[in-house]
Amino acid sequence: MSAILNDETKKVLVDPLVSNNPITLQVLGICSALAVTSQMSTSLIMSLALTLVTAFSSAAISAIRNHIPSSIRIIVQMTIIASLVIVVDQLLKAFAYDISKQLSVFVGLIITNCIVMGRAEGYAMKNPPLESFIDGIGNGLGYSLILISVSFIRELLGSGKLLGIEVFQLTKDGGWYDPNGLMLLPPSAFFIIGLIIWAVRQWKPEQAEKVEFKILPIAHGEGGHH
Amino acid sequence: MEAYISLFIKAVFIENLALSFFLGMCTFIAVSKKISTAMGLGIAVMIVQVITVPANNIIYHALLKENALAWLGITGVDLSFLALLSCIGVIAALVQILEMILDKFFPALYHALGIFLPLITVNCAILAGSLFMIERDYNLAESTVYGVGSGFGWALAITVMAGVREKLKYSDIPAGLQGLGITFITAGLMSLGFMAFSGIQL
Repeated sequence: MSAILNDETKKVLVDPLVSNNPITLQVLGICSALAVTSQMSTSLIMSLALTLVTAFSSAAISAIRNHIPSSIRIIVQMTIIASLVIVVDQLLKAFAYDISKQLSVFVGLIITNCIVMGRAEGYAMKNPPLESFIDGIGNGLGYSLILISVSFIRELLGSGKLLGIEVFQLTKDGGWYDPNGLMLLPPSAFFIIGLIIWAVRQWKPEQAEKVEFKILPIAHGEGGHH
Repeated sequence: MEAYISLFIKAVFIENLALSFFLGMCTFIAVSKKISTAMGLGIAVMIVQVITVPANNIIYHALLKENALAWLGITGVDLSFLALLSCIGVIAALVQILEMILDKFFPALYHALGIFLPLITVNCAILAGSLFMIERDYNLAESTVYGVGSGFGWALAITVMAGVREKLKYSDIPAGLQGLGITFITAGLMSLGFMAFSGIQL
């Protein structure tokens, strides 16, 4: 195990979690990240599906990277990714039918998820299969981390449950917690991601973006009330 | 007729692809810094959506659906699992063809949309339009209306977003929230606004 996990591979695996997170820093793959997060169970399945697709597509593309003519590489990558997504989709339909119904079109949308394409184009085309596989897992985990934190907050505050098990007893059942309905609606996902980005950038200030227009402090004695 | 207007309104406001399904978010965030570019991309998405949703509808109903090959004398074949692959293939091919046609016959429009067209293939809003069409079992007329509506809704959302962001860059935002963070919060507020349309029934 230690032979596989040398420093370089560990960096490839751990980097995408916080310091180079695909969602909060590279702004990739947010499309599906928000829609499936009103419950933890759907977002866990979605994270698993995306991590597997990213890892295996990166490995497959990297294995044939020297044989792909560069003019048609996008179409080749798309075909590999789409085939893997079909496999995942069929597996979900066979073994977790209810969840696949809830995820509706979002499993199919993994095809156009920019994380998968981004890793294929940006990493797998230049690196050997094993590293690409680990890079795929790492980026998948970075995505999962955000997805699971968002769904944790949304499910807990929105319906008082975690993974469908009651944590806060609701007022309508004689408990103390009054669920916040907004948390189950789409806008809350935007707010939570925005706040997570703020928190991460407060923690790691080098990730913050440059200000386009600097606001100068008002000189003393000028401006204000007269 | 009323059903179609209702479907259109629903696709534009209530089920807005960008603000209630979070689709096409990557481009929505990345290209919404200037109104003119945002509008160009919005129009491009609308054009592609209007063509691809009905095209995928025809292919799905004539080739892939269960027993769809009956007109060839083949029964009991269900190819619907190939829908994902065929949808993305059709989208990629149509975008390429559209690019060539625009280049040949409407060079001005081609140059205006130029860089955005190839990007659209990987825009999840386009693929989602086709997948929603399959899931909700729209017929050809409904899917055309849905294509127009969902494309228009996305274009509207990104243009409004760009308008807000153009003003936003002059405001005093905390360092960590600068850029991406405040964009998400703004999108959330806009999404709240669009939700006010839910419940409208024609």
